[in-house]
Amino acid sequence: MAMKSAARREPFHLSMLFNDTRYRARSIQVIAFIMLVLAAAWLIDNTIHNLAALGKNFSFGFLWSTAGYDISPHAIQYSSTSTHARAAIVGLLNTLIVAAMACVTATVLGVLAGVLRLSNNWIVARLMTVYVESFRNVPALLWIVVVAAIMSQAMPTPSAFRGDNPTASMILWDSVAITNRGIYLPVPDFSRSLGQGSGTFGALDLNYAAILGALALSLLAHRSLVRHAQRIQSASGQRPATWWKSLCVFALPMIALLYALGFHLEYPALKGLNFTGGLLLRNSFIALWIGLSVYSGAFIAENVRSGILAISRGQTEAAHALGLSPGRTMRLVILPQALRIIVPPLISQYLDITKNTSLGLAVGYMDLRSTLGGITINQTGRELEAMLLMMLIYVSISLTISCVMNVYNSRVRLQER
Amino acid sequence: MKMTIALATLAAATLTAGIASAGTMADVQARGKLNCGVTGGQAGFSAPDASGAWHGMDVDYCRAVAAAVLKDPNAVTFVPTTGQTRFTALASGEIDILSRTTTWTFSRDVDLKFTFAGVNYYDGQAFMVPKSLGAKSAKDLNGATVCIQTGTTTELNLAEYFRKNNMKYDPVPVENNGDVQQKYLAGACDVITSDGSDLASTRSSFKDPQDHIILPEVISKEPLGPLVRQGDDQWADVARWTLNALLAAEELGITSENVEKLSAGTDSPEVNRLLGKEDKLGEMLGLDPAWAKRAIASVGNYGEIFARNVGDKTPIGLARGQNALWTQGGLMYPLPFR
Repeated sequence: MAMKSAARREPFHLSMLFNDTRYRARSIQVIAFIMLVLAAAWLIDNTIHNLAALGKNFSFGFLWSTAGYDISPHAIQYSSTSTHARAAIVGLLNTLIVAAMACVTATVLGVLAGVLRLSNNWIVARLMTVYVESFRNVPALLWIVVVAAIMSQAMPTPSAFRGDNPTASMILWDSVAITNRGIYLPVPDFSRSLGQGSGTFGALDLNYAAILGALALSLLAHRSLVRHAQRIQSASGQRPATWWKSLCVFALPMIALLYALGFHLEYPALKGLNFTGGLLLRNSFIALWIGLSVYSGAFIAENVRSGILAISRGQTEAAHALGLSPGRTMRLVILPQALRIIVPPLISQYLDITKNTSLGLAVGYMDLRSTLGGITINQTGRELEAMLLMMLIYVSISLTISCVMNVYNSRVRLQER
Repeated sequence: MKMTIALATLAAATLTAGIASAGTMADVQARGKLNCGVTGGQAGFSAPDASGAWHGMDVDYCRAVAAAVLKDPNAVTFVPTTGQTRFTALASGEIDILSRTTTWTFSRDVDLKFTFAGVNYYDGQAFMVPKSLGAKSAKDLNGATVCIQTGTTTELNLAEYFRKNNMKYDPVPVENNGDVQQKYLAGACDVITSDGSDLASTRSSFKDPQDHIILPEVISKEPLGPLVRQGDDQWADVARWTLNALLAAEELGITSENVEKLSAGTDSPEVNRLLGKEDKLGEMLGLDPAWAKRAIASVGNYGEIFARNVGDKTPIGLARGQNALWTQGGLMYPLPFR
C-alpha cells in the first residue's frame, strides 16, 4: 500500500487543490471557513465602529452601578440600592424558579394526558385529545395572557375581604387568600429559630439547612435499610417488610426536629392595603407558570403517547403470558422501553419551557429578560452588552439542562451488548 | 452560490449601515418625511384619533418641525415607541426626533448621548388612587401594590421615595400605558404612579373620572422635552429653535391666525426677526427665512398648542401652572431671537 502510493506520487501543484478529488473537499472547507471567519470579523468590526460613531463604548462597567429599581419577588436579598449585576442575578433566579416549576408540572400533566389519551374510556381519551389539540395549537403567549387576565379580572380585590360583610373570603380554613394580585399562602415559620447564617449571596436560613440535613441522614439510613432487606432476600428468598421501618426513619427525626424548632404556619392576614404575612404567588408568576405548563404539557403528552405506542403490542402480550399484572407490565416492560423514545424530545421541551419564560415580560414577571434585558437596558442604555450577556446566560442554562438530560438519557437508552 | 449571495447581501447591509449619514436634516429633506417617535397613545400628548390622525402636544411639536424643515406639517411619519424602545429607536436612526414625554436627565443627556432640545412640559411624578381607597396622601400608601410603566424614570423615583420614607410597596411592572389602566381599573393595583400630566390624561379616559384622585405629593421633577441624537448640532439647533419659536410666538403675541398678517412686517424687531422679515436667522439654521412662520401657522404658538390638547377646556383639564410663560409666573422662558 505504502509502496504503491509512493510509486504513484506526483509532484504537488497548486491546481491540484481544486482538480484533485483527494484535496478538493478539504480545500473547499478551508475556504468556506475562512470566509465565515472574515464575515464574522467584518460584522464585529462594523458593530464596534458604528457604536463608536454613536459615541458608545463597549463596556460591562454598568453592571456595578446602582440599579435603583425594585424587584419583587426576590429570592435573595435585594433592594433598589443593589447593583445591576445583583438585579440580573435576582432575575435569573426568578427565571430558574418558574422554569423548574413549569418543567415539573408540564411533565406531570403531559404524562397523565399522554397515558389517558390511550385510555379505553372513550370520554377520557377524547377529552385528552381536546386538551392536547387546543393547547398546543395556540401560541404560548396567548395562554399566559389569558391566565393573567382571568386572575386579575375575575378574582376579588383585597378590599373585598374587608368589612363586616365581605364579598370574598379566604379558603381552606382561612389560610389561603385568592385575590386579583395573586394567591397568598401560609408559610412555615419557626418560633425557636436557629437564625440566619451569612453567605456570599446573602443570608442562608439555618432552619431549612437543618431540615435538609436531617432529610439527607434519613435517606442514608433508609438506603442501608433497603440494602439489608435485599441481603436477607437473596439469602433466604423472603423479603422482610420494610415500609414501617422506612416510615419511622423518615418521620421520627423530622417530627422531633420540627418540634424542637417550634414549627408552625404563618397565615396571611389583611393588614392595611393588602394581605401581609404568608407567601404571595403573584399573578405574573401564576400566569407564566400555568400558561407554560399547560402549553408544554400538551407537547409532552404527545411525546409520551408516541413513546408508548412505539412499543410493540407483542411486548405487552409476552409480559401478560409470563403472568405479570398490567401495572407491572407498564412499569417493568413498557415504560423502560418507552422512555428511550420519550426522553430525547423531552429535552427539547424543557429547553423550550426555559426559553419561553422570557414571555413573562408580557405579564410583568421579573425574570432575567425583564431585569437585565428590560429595566437595566432602559436605565443604562447598554443594549448590546446586556443582550449579549443575556444570550450567554440562556445558552449556559440550556446547555446545562441538555447535559443533565443527556446523562439521564444515556442511562435509560437501549443497552447494546 | 447561495453562500456567495448571502455573504454579498450581508456585506451590502453592513456597508450601508457603516456609511455615516451626511446630516439628519439632509436625510430628512431627501426623504421628504420626518420620522418622529411618539407614545403609542397618551391622550393630550400623542394619540391617534378614530380616523388614524395623530393629535397631542408632542405630535404638534413634530408637525411644527416638519413645517419648518419640509414646508409641510403633514410630512411626518409618527412612530409609536414604548418606554423601552424609544432610545434604541432614536440612537439607531429609525426616528429623527423623539418627542415622547421624555424626562431630561443627566444620564440620558450625557451617558446615552442625546441632545435635548428644551422643555415642552414641566411635570412631576404623582400618584393616582381610587377615592374608595381612602388615602389622602402618598404617606398613606405603605404596603400598596403599585402599577408602574417600566423603562421610565418613574420606577427609580418611586423606589427612592418609598425607601426615603421607610415604606414598603409591591411593584407591578407593566409594559405599556393601556395595560396600566386596565390593571388599575380591575383593582389589580391600588395605585398608579406616573407624571402628573400623564395621570390626568389617563383619568380623563376613565368612565368615572371623579372616582379617582391624584394625591397632592409631587415626588420628582420631570422636565419633558424632545430630543435628538448627539453630534448633529445643526439638527439639534433646528429642534431647539423650533421649540423656542413656538414659545417666543406666545410671548410676542403671534398666533396661528395673525401670523400671516404679522409676517408682512411689524414695528417689533423681534417679531420681524422671528418671522423672517429682518436678519436672516433661517439661513443660519440652513433653512429659509419663513421657517418659523410656517411652524407657527401650522400648529399655533405654545399657548394655543397647550389649550387645544391639554388645557382646561379639554377633558384632560390641566392648568398652565409651571408651564405658563415666565411673564405669567411660569417657567417657560423662550430664548431671545437675535
